[in-house]
Amino acid sequence: MNDMTVMDSTVEAQRTKMAAQNVNVYYGDTHAIKDVNVEIEDKTVTAFIGPSGCGKSTFLRCLNRMNDTIDICRVTGDILLEGEDIYDKRVDPVQLRAQVGMVFQKPNPFPKSIYDNVAYGPRIHGLAKNKADLDEIVERSLRRGAIWDEVKDRLQSPGTGLSGGQQQRLCIARAVATEPEVLLMDEPCSALDPIATAQVEELIDELRESYSVVIVTHSMQQAARVSQKTAFFHLGNLVEFGPTGQIFTNPEDPRTESYITGRIG
Amino acid sequence: MTDASMDNPPPARARSLRQADANTRRRNAAEKRFRAYGMVAILTGLFFLTVLFVSIIRSGAPAFTRTVVNVEFTLTQDQMDAAESELFKTKAYSNLFIAALQGKLEERGMSVEFDEAAIERLLGKVGGTLRAHYKEFPDDVGKPVPFELAASSRVDGYYKGRVNRETLQDSRFLQLSDLDLVDALEEAQIIKQAFSWTFITGADSGVDNPGGAGIGAAVVGSFFMMLVVLVLSLPIGVAASIYLEEFAPQNRFTDLIEVNISNLAAVPSIVFGILGLAVFIQFMHLPQSAPLVGGLVLSLMTLPTIIISTRASLKAVPPSIRDAALGVGASKMQAVFHHVLPLAAPGILTGTIIGLAQALGETAPLLLIGMVGFVARGYPDGFVAGFTEPNSAMPAQIYTWAARADASFYEKAWGGIIILLAFLLTMNIIAIILRRRFERRW
Amino acid sequence: MPLFWLILIVLVIAAVGYMLGRSRALANAGGDSRELHSLPSYYGWNVALKAMVPTFVLLIVWLLVQPLYVNSVISGMIPANVIDDGSSRGLVMAEVRRAANGLDNAVAQGVMDEEFARNARADFTDVSQVLKDAGQIVTTEVTQPVLRAAQRYRIVNATGYQIMSIVAVVLALAGTLFALRETRALFRARNVVELGIHALLVGAASIAVLTTVGILLSLVFNTWEFFKLYPASDFFFGLNWAPSFSGRGGSSDLGVLPLLWGTFYISIVALAVAVPIGLFAAIYLSEYASPRIRSIAKPLLEILAGIPTIVYGLFALLTVGPLLLKVFGNEGLGWMQAGTAVMTAGLVMGIMLIPFVSSLSDDIINAVPQAMRDGSYGLGATQSETIRQVVIPAALPGIVGAILLAASRAIGETMIVVLGAGAAARLSLNPFEAMTTVTAKIVSQLTGDADFASPEALVAFALGMTLFVLTLCLNIIALYIVRKYREQYE
Repeated sequence: MNDMTVMDSTVEAQRTKMAAQNVNVYYGDTHAIKDVNVEIEDKTVTAFIGPSGCGKSTFLRCLNRMNDTIDICRVTGDILLEGEDIYDKRVDPVQLRAQVGMVFQKPNPFPKSIYDNVAYGPRIHGLAKNKADLDEIVERSLRRGAIWDEVKDRLQSPGTGLSGGQQQRLCIARAVATEPEVLLMDEPCSALDPIATAQVEELIDELRESYSVVIVTHSMQQAARVSQKTAFFHLGNLVEFGPTGQIFTNPEDPRTESYITGRIG
Repeated sequence: MTDASMDNPPPARARSLRQADANTRRRNAAEKRFRAYGMVAILTGLFFLTVLFVSIIRSGAPAFTRTVVNVEFTLTQDQMDAAESELFKTKAYSNLFIAALQGKLEERGMSVEFDEAAIERLLGKVGGTLRAHYKEFPDDVGKPVPFELAASSRVDGYYKGRVNRETLQDSRFLQLSDLDLVDALEEAQIIKQAFSWTFITGADSGVDNPGGAGIGAAVVGSFFMMLVVLVLSLPIGVAASIYLEEFAPQNRFTDLIEVNISNLAAVPSIVFGILGLAVFIQFMHLPQSAPLVGGLVLSLMTLPTIIISTRASLKAVPPSIRDAALGVGASKMQAVFHHVLPLAAPGILTGTIIGLAQALGETAPLLLIGMVGFVARGYPDGFVAGFTEPNSAMPAQIYTWAARADASFYEKAWGGIIILLAFLLTMNIIAIILRRRFERRW
Repeated sequence: MPLFWLILIVLVIAAVGYMLGRSRALANAGGDSRELHSLPSYYGWNVALKAMVPTFVLLIVWLLVQPLYVNSVISGMIPANVIDDGSSRGLVMAEVRRAANGLDNAVAQGVMDEEFARNARADFTDVSQVLKDAGQIVTTEVTQPVLRAAQRYRIVNATGYQIMSIVAVVLALAGTLFALRETRALFRARNVVELGIHALLVGAASIAVLTTVGILLSLVFNTWEFFKLYPASDFFFGLNWAPSFSGRGGSSDLGVLPLLWGTFYISIVALAVAVPIGLFAAIYLSEYASPRIRSIAKPLLEILAGIPTIVYGLFALLTVGPLLLKVFGNEGLGWMQAGTAVMTAGLVMGIMLIPFVSSLSDDIINAVPQAMRDGSYGLGATQSETIRQVVIPAALPGIVGAILLAASRAIGETMIVVLGAGAAARLSLNPFEAMTTVTAKIVSQLTGDADFASPEALVAFALGMTLFVLTLCLNIIALYIVRKYREQYE
């Protein structure tokens, strides 16, 4: 197995898309994220790794303010998207989430048809001028989600009837349909079998051409396979952040090394 | 833009995140509207609740008071002898009373003309009452005795706003001139409102005497019915739940029982009334209007409620408890009766009280088994008679009053509702306290 | 109360049996309870159960069968010429029972001794005179055959109860003896007792089935009787409801359609009030309200569900009716003639159903997985868009089930319509007119003076049957939908 080999060639400097500065997150009395600084580049896959409960998913959910839906959650510090603070009072989280899309751990298609699942985002954001326009968006998104060929003949059948891997790719297609700038993925393969995982990973690599992708994963192999940048979280701290190759072959922090070699987590 | 210092300025974006575009503004407005609909719905519901309670209390409170005339009256031996020697003895007594009353008014410098007929319209047959009193307590002769005489229901209505000078038409019950007397008596503080114990402890009166109607006998009838419901539906309900939850195999018969229980819980109560009429009265010839029959019908109705809540509390006891008991060699039956049932008891009790409260307020089935047509004029004599003698029940009594033509009974019906709701409230509070006190989270 | 004493005697026998069984088992084991198969108390219970259970089963069966037997014997005694035209054997039997009851009471009061009450040769005018003096006969003159039948009725009944008492005591004793004989140290008393308790549990669970059977039998049997007197097609398709009040004539029109129309109309008004308010309240409580508001508003709304229907009935009759009359009546818009109307009953019933719709919908909306909402928020949907386009469609089957259950409640509701809807059966579209419903007519047909054998009274059972079938269908469909919906997310 050469899972740990990293394609160094793909790492090239990109423009900063999102930046987190001194971010702290509290759940009630629990201090979940401690003083995290990270820069997420455009057209790059950034992976967040770390043991369970280290705060990587929590941090990911801060990036499009999904934590707003949890009453007891409080965020301090700045998170900038293209230089604009997304926690600014004037920012509408609804508009933000159209630009920072999200794919979840468990595939969660709506109990609607495949077409309506994908068309949902464009419809609520008013992205399509007419039916033909919408049809085109749906087709383009499904193609980008690498699922078009499998579902093009049954767009009106329910999305819940697809297999797990297909459902997850449908959810990715649904997320890209709103033309986001950043795509957040919270352990998108943890509920999938190895074949479906491979398909989704391949898709993630393709998506890098158009979007900035952030993926949370607890599989180090997956991080090594799909990402160019990796951030290692431990107990709410960002321990180390750098090019994936460096993190996996030559980590600076002893905690990162312990984790990579399987001593913690 | 404040971040011009960045090395790599972003490409021209369609819009800044800080400015909501028209589409977002429209959507946020829709959001606000939708949220307001929800709020309005809640407030409407609460508004209805308030209106309901305000009208219950406003219309029901007068039932607890009655209008009485308080007069201190002294009868000398001579007066008594004179009265007893006359042909119309009670008339003589009431003339004495009228004279006394006139005296009281004149003391305060008021003079109102009234005759015996007016007094009779106001207070009923005063002479008879007085005579009866002195016959019973001959020692009171010669001493001042305070008499509290209940005013007629029309006068009561004048006090409580049911009757006023504009709407009153002279009748043999009350005339416009009588109201002058009432006003004078009020000014002299002879006539006033007093708390009516009759309403709480008394039995139903006839259709022509709303003033004397009380709910006491109906409360007793309801009590006996609830006793039947408790004795029948608690053990049967618990036994059925234990069987279904702990022993029943997965088969057709069990399915049949389950479907039956969930359907019975939703069968209209009037259908249970038909069942009671056909089976208990027509077929088994049990006495009509008896609390026993009412209790049987209500037991059948309450059974599904009790079974459903008992099963929920049995289910809440974790399987580890059963395993622990079985592990030390207890039989399944012992595990259930020694461990599971005691742990589920608070939940079962709570469910039973709520089921009883439901049964207490149920009216429709009682209509069919004849508890409404019956006028409960007294308390049952004895414990066994409490079950078998015809009686009324609280909701049936309320219905009876509401269905009578005389509007003065409406006030009694509302008052009855206050008493009924007080019982229900008490039962529910007990259930809540039990739940709080004994609730166990596994 | 001889039955009371009989039960007490059986219980005493059982208690004595318990002690005997326990001590006999211990004695058999030489006083060492460790030698026994089961705990000593199980031997006692074995005896007690065998004494009690068969006896009580016998008592229940006997009490059910004896009246049937006695009735058939006595009604055979009544000569045919006693039964007047327009009367029936059933009516005469009712009179016989009344007379027998009167005799019983007279004996109990001491105005008549047992010998006199039983003596068939006693002068019948004397007997009826004594009965009247005792204030016993209320309705008609007691005729000679009726009195004879009543006397016979009392004798047969009394003999029956005597035999029952003897048989019951003997059975209890026999059960005790049998159980005592089998009591030995190695007898598996616990298993036997547990088997018995198991049987009792099954019996208790079967009561639910028995109740349904009882409902069905009482409805079907009487409906059948009704259709023998009145053509079924006229009942189901008749457009006119006009029962004659004499209770005898054949001139009644008993068409169910006006009643069904009233029922549906009132239910629709009720649902039009309850569904929007209940649904929006549920949405607000489950999606928007803070835990504090939820913990206050939810129980407050549910108070509405705990209030007895008689209260709502009175509220309709005395508060809402007059209020509506003020607005829509002759002094206002002039659409309404009286306080009792479809609108009055429908509105009040709607208020009653609000918490029913809201708490069921609340449960169902809460069962929609959070992942569904996250998916929508993640795409940038607002909360209301998420609710309208994701949560409600996902919860729709469950909500439909809840509404169907509410509809079944509305159709079966009695007190509100009896007091608030009026008594006139008519096919009209005006919601401010009085109409009546199936349930209201069941009440009025069965609480009048009509004799139970007349079509005017029996029609109530056919109405009950219609109501039962309607609500049963709604309930089954609703429960099926709700169950399917729950399974989807479990």
